[in-house]
Amino acid sequence: MKIVVIGATSGIAEHCCRLWAVEGADFVLMARDTAKLERIAADLEVRGAHSVTLAKPEFHDPAAIKAFADSTVAQGPVDIVLIAHGWMPLDQHKLDIAAAEQILQVNAVSPVLFAEAFAGPFAAARRGTIAIIGSVAGDVTRRANYVYGASKALLTRYAQGLDHRLVGTGVKVVLIKPGPTDTAMTTHMKEAGKRLASAEEVARATVDAIRRGKVEVYVPKLWRYVMLIVRHMPRPILNRLPI
Amino acid sequence: MQGAEAMVYSDASMRPVSSWGRLGAEPHDVVELTDRTAIAAAVTGRSGIAHGLGRSYGDACLNPNGLLWRTAGLDRLISFDQATGRLVCEAGVVLRDISRLMIPRGWNLAVVPGTQFVTVGGAIANDVHGKNHHVVGTFGEHVTRLKLIRTSGETIECGPDERPALFGATIGGLGLTGLITEVELQLRPSRGPWLEVETVPFSGLSGFFSLSDESEAAWEHTVSWIDCTSGSALRGLFMRARPAEGRSGRRWRGRMRRVPLTPPVSLVNGLSLKPFNALYYELGKRKTGVQVVHYEPFLFPLDSVLEWNRLYGPKGFYQYQSVVPRAEAFDATRDMLTAIAGAGEGSFLAVLKTFADRPAAGLLSFAREGVTLALDFRTSRALPALFSRLDDIVRAAGGRLYPAKDARMPRDFYQAGYPNLAAFTALRDPGMSSGMSRRLMGF
Repeated sequence: MKIVVIGATSGIAEHCCRLWAVEGADFVLMARDTAKLERIAADLEVRGAHSVTLAKPEFHDPAAIKAFADSTVAQGPVDIVLIAHGWMPLDQHKLDIAAAEQILQVNAVSPVLFAEAFAGPFAAARRGTIAIIGSVAGDVTRRANYVYGASKALLTRYAQGLDHRLVGTGVKVVLIKPGPTDTAMTTHMKEAGKRLASAEEVARATVDAIRRGKVEVYVPKLWRYVMLIVRHMPRPILNRLPI
Repeated sequence: MQGAEAMVYSDASMRPVSSWGRLGAEPHDVVELTDRTAIAAAVTGRSGIAHGLGRSYGDACLNPNGLLWRTAGLDRLISFDQATGRLVCEAGVVLRDISRLMIPRGWNLAVVPGTQFVTVGGAIANDVHGKNHHVVGTFGEHVTRLKLIRTSGETIECGPDERPALFGATIGGLGLTGLITEVELQLRPSRGPWLEVETVPFSGLSGFFSLSDESEAAWEHTVSWIDCTSGSALRGLFMRARPAEGRSGRRWRGRMRRVPLTPPVSLVNGLSLKPFNALYYELGKRKTGVQVVHYEPFLFPLDSVLEWNRLYGPKGFYQYQSVVPRAEAFDATRDMLTAIAGAGEGSFLAVLKTFADRPAAGLLSFAREGVTLALDFRTSRALPALFSRLDDIVRAAGGRLYPAKDARMPRDFYQAGYPNLAAFTALRDPGMSSGMSRRLMGF
């Protein structure tokens, strides 16, 4: 099983890799923090990974992303690409527009480029799963995270269309929408006393969804119903809620 | 992504933290450690204590209104040698993960405590023991090397042959010699996940002692549950287990349930104690005979109920675990059980176990030759008087209490039970300080 992970140092991605490692997977991992990625690679090897290759981090240049996808698939069939990178700064209503651009680049543009880059070769090979980590924040956005949420909303619509494009090719598209998860991104929420899903729990659901080829998964499952309600709230009520 | 992490570190603010006994939730300044190369920077010049999964019951892992370095994010494996069974890992790795990964490869941790939800660092800092103490001793005996980062900024490697004094102080040293960051463990060959388990009902303490003596040569794991409400007519279930050679039992799914909420009052109380203990005894008696059982439900019976500590209600609970020398154990145990029954208190799961006579791995290791008794008590007004009565019995017998379980022992009793304290203090990292270290050692 060959698995490509973009943003492999994210808590959810790392825990997914641990689950795949015990099955003896071959990994190609990409992340900005290469020192951390090396520690993760050693960990996955001890856990049973058959091989771990570290890719040169390149998140924004379309030509480089395409070259990476083409060469990775050319070296042997890829079963899964997990696109997991993201960045969520706090208090987004107070940030300048350069930060807004950065958030959109990291959370929306870059993931789409990776999915696009793998969609073609996967369709040609008539196999593979493109898994994207979205967010419940893509269903409803609030002032503290609306730029991030809007990026994740773009991924939701993008995944919907990509799934349509790939019907009949044998390629699966899986969108995971975690609720707030206990990772480096959310330490401030723990301080506020919120109960967060563990990265391990979200990873287990993610790996399971990929195995079954589910199109859209909320983790924990309860979020599907929570977001269904919140999405249908009238604006005057929604804007008074302390969320 | 880099930006988010940097922000998180500088933005550490106070949040409530409890230990397993849930006796309080004082605010702590929690710093999450996730990068083993960045620990020195987080620790140097500061004062606090490491906190793994918070499974110690009292204040060993707490530092109210001060700094906690949370190590659960330091959970990466570093290397493993399949031929020798040497595993190198970060200190926040959880024991369950090691066992689940290594048993299929023919290796396992030599020592595991009654829960798998502890970190390697925590297992060392409390020099934990398991049901197989008579065969393999304590966790610290299987640590071949560890790396400490001191608040002076110094990084020190130590082991049984390298800076052995500091190593001995770190084993069972309650995290006070520096932050344990990396550990090398000698695993033990494993013959798979299945255990041959036998449950033998017994009555009277003499029944327990004769079963212990007769079982230890042939059975790797021994432990007894006792009905602590039975008073002088003591009854219990002696459980012994050993690897099941080439046999397997019913598939273990490892399903876990969670206590969904904290009940307004303790569910362990005068009304529930007797019926629960009677039921547990009757059900246990039916299991008499040899069965093949997966190691997880046998070794970690409470792990399948997440957050079982909530059952004791909002006021939390105390655990009292003592060890007394074997020569005194009969009388001391009888006196303790009589005192507990007389106070109308008790626990669902009172545990009695013998420790073998082995040299201690650490200066402050709890385990010693003798008999250990562990009980949970809900918080109640009767407890201080009962505890001081129990302290008197343990102290008179030349015994001591287990700091990992303790939230209240008097300082003089601690000093009496741990004669190496002065030698230990000289090796401490002066920046490491916990609620427990201030209570029992003065700083």
